[in-house]
Amino acid sequence: MNNPPVPAVRLAGVMKRFGDFAALNDVNLEIAAGEKVVICGPSGSGKSTLIRCINHIEQHDGGQIVVNGIKLDRSADSIAQVRSVTGMVFQNFNLFPHMTILDNCTIAPRTTLKLSRAEAEARAMELLAKVRIGDQAGKYPSQLSGGQQQRAAIARSLCMQPGIMLFDEPTSALDPEMVKEVLETMKTLAGEGMTMICVTHEMGFAREVADRVVFMDRGSIMEQGRPDEFFGNPQTDRARQFLSQIIH
Amino acid sequence: MPIFNFDAFVNYLFNSFLIGGVGVTIGLTVAAVIGGLCLGMIIALMRMSGKPLLAFPARFYIWFFRGTPLLIQLVVIYAGLPLFGIKLSVLQSALLGLILNEASYMAEIVRTGFLAVPKGQTEAGWSLNLSRRTIFWRVTLPQAFRLMVPPLGNSINGLLKATSLASVISVEEIMRRSDLLMQEQFQVLEVYAAATIYYLILTSLWDIVQARLESHFGRSVPAAASAKRLGFLRR
Repeated sequence: MNNPPVPAVRLAGVMKRFGDFAALNDVNLEIAAGEKVVICGPSGSGKSTLIRCINHIEQHDGGQIVVNGIKLDRSADSIAQVRSVTGMVFQNFNLFPHMTILDNCTIAPRTTLKLSRAEAEARAMELLAKVRIGDQAGKYPSQLSGGQQQRAAIARSLCMQPGIMLFDEPTSALDPEMVKEVLETMKTLAGEGMTMICVTHEMGFAREVADRVVFMDRGSIMEQGRPDEFFGNPQTDRARQFLSQIIH
Repeated sequence: MPIFNFDAFVNYLFNSFLIGGVGVTIGLTVAAVIGGLCLGMIIALMRMSGKPLLAFPARFYIWFFRGTPLLIQLVVIYAGLPLFGIKLSVLQSALLGLILNEASYMAEIVRTGFLAVPKGQTEAGWSLNLSRRTIFWRVTLPQAFRLMVPPLGNSINGLLKATSLASVISVEEIMRRSDLLMQEQFQVLEVYAAATIYYLILTSLWDIVQARLESHFGRSVPAAASAKRLGFLRR
């Protein structure tokens, strides 16, 4: 027998508190390499906190988080290792406003990976072309539309060649007509075998792309399953209630 | 006898002794800005460090130096330090006082500048695995600095005039030299009118520099430039 493959992400009994509020309460979740998982749930249910703990933007208070076999303890070394294999896309893009799109994409490869300017720029231009904003490389973020900014942010993440991409409500801050272009970019990535964990309310995207939908409420995972199972036959009242509110 | 002797005023305006004082005022201001900004930056970082051992002294420093008059600080440094065996020249005392005082204001400007940079910028830096140094120097500092320019400019304008307090410990800047000239002929208004003109020239020149700095650091920001908005509030 072969050893079972190392999961991309394994959460065991993860706890996170903000003061008296339990944002995550004993969360257990295992995500295989290449798997696409959509996390949904009402606001305040802990879904953003969950993915922010995976790359240690929030520090969990209890339980275990193991990413690609690297256990997140509080050491700078484990944090850097985990961050080197994860990329993150934020709701508000968080592009660096004082740098051009190209500089946004090259700063991490140049400073962290020590690539030369030419290597970093070649890599960035390739990825910017892939998200179809190659012609915007010399502009500042404020000169781009929201959809273009989010695609630039995705390209910026990809420049570090992560195996796992974390999306924290990537389309929630976008005007409706720009949602599609960002989702298309994400679908392209999904088709290339990237492990993806997406917090999103885009149920169409979940149905089409996700291998699994995880439903959270009040800091716990209430249920999970294949998208057709989850949408067709939700098991918990909370999930039924949630779905009736977001699907019109 | 005329109320205001215009010829005397013009004479004072081109008096080389008074013009020499302008150089001293500029020197004091430039040195206090550089020293104050460096010290203020350190104090701000101490206060933001989250470590009580560093943050408390920083808070105390800011509280003390912003809570007492510069005039008293200057006199205490000049008259008080020799009691502890520290002998400073008049110019050194004035510089020390101005730097210590200015640093307390600069520290708050620096701190509020950093606080105004959205947390998401640091988080993006973390998610890209940037080092703490890179995040500080390349991500947060440049953005904080852009926000600091308008209040820094305001503070420097104030400092240009506050250097006149150094006259009480006999630093021969514009104010002190005006006093000395005044005591020769007692043409009070004529002398101080000339001094006023010099201060106005200096602050006006600084306004021009500041406007350039603001437009330079605001260049990557869209039309609703926050620097411009802050500039509006300042007036």
